[in-house]
Amino acid sequence: MIDIIFYILMSIGLCFVFLGCLGLLRMPDVYCRLQASTKCVTLGTGSILLATLVKTGFSAIGMKAIVCLVFLFLNSPTAAHALAKAADISGIKIWEKPGDEKIYPAKPRPTVDIDKE
Amino acid sequence: MILLFAFLTLCVAMCVYRIFRGPRAADRMVGIDILGIIIIIFCVFLSLSTGSEWYMSIAIAWSIIGFVSTITLAKFLEGRNLDD
Repeated sequence: MIDIIFYILMSIGLCFVFLGCLGLLRMPDVYCRLQASTKCVTLGTGSILLATLVKTGFSAIGMKAIVCLVFLFLNSPTAAHALAKAADISGIKIWEKPGDEKIYPAKPRPTVDIDKE
Repeated sequence: MILLFAFLTLCVAMCVYRIFRGPRAADRMVGIDILGIIIIIFCVFLSLSTGSEWYMSIAIAWSIIGFVSTITLAKFLEGRNLDD
């Protein structure tokens, strides 16, 4: 039973990690790459760490897996948010599909004053 | 277990391609962030295959170091000082 849960969690984690890296490779924009890669890879790593906890029980490896899981779920979305905000401030435009400019006209984007932030 | 390491090496190859080919600096930073998380998964697999617990310590330390380095690079890309 433990082995079945271990293999299921490990398969889910590896699938999410692979799809996140594929999104990092294939998406057209910085924001799309952040959206595709960060969330998928974080969930996949969390699933792999849970599989480690299920496999080894509450030993030293399992407790360290819990600590690493908490750190990862706190740190990774924060880092992704900081990256997206930095990319927005440094002036990277949002990607638009070629030919869709008439359907979705480009809105004027609010400029961020760095000193007031 | 060899298959798992080969699979992760494929993911690392995708990240390294994005780090080398990224058109802007932000793309390279996204690649570096994801590469740090994949190194954590490498440490977990090494800990599972060898049974020694200090690989998990390396994973915890690497998660903290990756977070700090990503925040620092984001501050650098914004053009602010580090104490701002």
